Amino acid sequence: MNANLRFWLGAAALGLALVAGLRLLGNDYGYFAGYFVLQYVVLAGAWNILGGYAGYVNFGAAGFMAAGAYSAIVVRQWLGWDLIPGIFAAAVVAGLLGLGTGYLTLRLKGVYFSIATLCLAVVLQTLVVNWDYVGGSRGAYIIHARDIPPFNSYSEMLFIVMLALAIITTGIGRAVEMSRLGRGLQAIRDNERAAEAVGVPTLRLKLVATTLCGALMGVAGAPLPYYSGYLNPEAAFSLAYAVNAIAMPLIGGAGTWAGPVIGAVLLASLQQAATVTISSALNLWIVGWMLVIFVAVAPRGILGWFRKRT
Amino acid sequence: MSEVFFRAAGVGKRFGGFVALAEVDIELRAGERLGLIGPNGSGKSTFVNCISGDFAEHDGQVSLAGTVLNGLKPHRRARLGMARTFQLPQPFNSLDVLENVRVPLLFAGHAAEATDRAMACLEQVEMADKARKLPKELTQVEQRRLELARAIALNPRLLIADEAMAGLSNAEVDQIIALLFKLNEAGAAVIMIEHIMRAVTAFSERLVVFVAGRKIADGPPRDVLALPEVEGAYLGKQ
Repeated sequence: MNANLRFWLGAAALGLALVAGLRLLGNDYGYFAGYFVLQYVVLAGAWNILGGYAGYVNFGAAGFMAAGAYSAIVVRQWLGWDLIPGIFAAAVVAGLLGLGTGYLTLRLKGVYFSIATLCLAVVLQTLVVNWDYVGGSRGAYIIHARDIPPFNSYSEMLFIVMLALAIITTGIGRAVEMSRLGRGLQAIRDNERAAEAVGVPTLRLKLVATTLCGALMGVAGAPLPYYSGYLNPEAAFSLAYAVNAIAMPLIGGAGTWAGPVIGAVLLASLQQAATVTISSALNLWIVGWMLVIFVAVAPRGILGWFRKRT
Repeated sequence: MSEVFFRAAGVGKRFGGFVALAEVDIELRAGERLGLIGPNGSGKSTFVNCISGDFAEHDGQVSLAGTVLNGLKPHRRARLGMARTFQLPQPFNSLDVLENVRVPLLFAGHAAEATDRAMACLEQVEMADKARKLPKELTQVEQRRLELARAIALNPRLLIADEAMAGLSNAEVDQIIALLFKLNEAGAAVIMIEHIMRAVTAFSERLVVFVAGRKIADGPPRDVLALPEVEGAYLGKQ
């Protein structure tokens, strides 16, 4: 059996086991918490394509995620279409946003690029706050059916959708890593000037990466209004998304397809545990401490730490 | 004698009011070995950056095998057969030696046979046994060899070796010269920018001298080095 088939079969088996386990548990909270973790698997995997492989740190994850969330709201308001078309619309809108951002900012290097992406999130938030059609600063409601056959509950449906998105995102990350695109991005991360000199079309590859990264971040955000039932700009552009999108791949092992998955599962589970046992106000505090610990002990993340020892 | 296939005509570069390079003309025939010398700050690296595309904006025209290169990005020039090495080796540090050499092949339309070709390039520079090592595990001369292997992977018609021997011992310099000769025998013209006069005179069949951004001499090494203005400007004699 080849490695690709093994990956997809393994991911599908793990997904089925998760759904079966949560059904046996019979508690809606399991789906709720699972969705929370999986949305970060998608977000961290998306960030990793540009930040992990190419070394371009995107501080605007919240902006792309919110672009996806509001695209789903617009599709719903305008056309009356539901979640799945909303996810496709989010991918297109956030992907184009990524392409445009890349075209305008990728001549900037290092911290200048990062600041430009941060500015993008601020500009988008200002636009949304002043856009009445999507609720402006008041926010927008999504009314949904209580149950959606053949799913046991609405929460289960959302969990399964996010699970599928997480598997697809991880598969895309893995495909990028194994491909010519991935090698080119790694060369750019290590030495952009040398990469150009040996024939790597650096600008084109970076544009592909920003588009893919943006589209997947948008996809992570599209189900958000369906998940919470209500979305306002403050929640959609939350600092937590931007911080977690960076911290999770770094802690799991940036530049590897499995790193963001490990980091997202670890950090999001810790945050979810803190939310239900203490307070969600502790979430960013936990992320901050984890980052400090990992920068000091394992700067190349969990995967890097293990590889160093094998 | 073969026809001119590389031509830099009136190439110049200013940084604000400072003229780093002024109307330099250099022609090269296929398979020719050119040495480019000059004191620090004479414009050698500026010239290399202009012709390799690192400086997108400059005066004059650069052409390779009849194709005007002005406006082309470095990766397009690389695909047309222009390869370069850097003053300080610039490997892809997270990739092992083999992957470093595979990168140019993946983007030159040789993805299917990239591994075999990369191994062949490493064999040419006698680095096949280091294929799975990371660049940081290599010695200085091995890093230089890796740079050359990466350049060979581009199947170059013109190789620009920018101080490829800086910091090496005499024996290591001889190894790099031998490699450059091998590459030249395979058909590549070579521009060697170098401070090590022993290497330049041993390798070059023609010598160009830059001083203060201007070309002051161009000809056979023995004749050029005997010119009083070269001695005065480059070797510090009156």
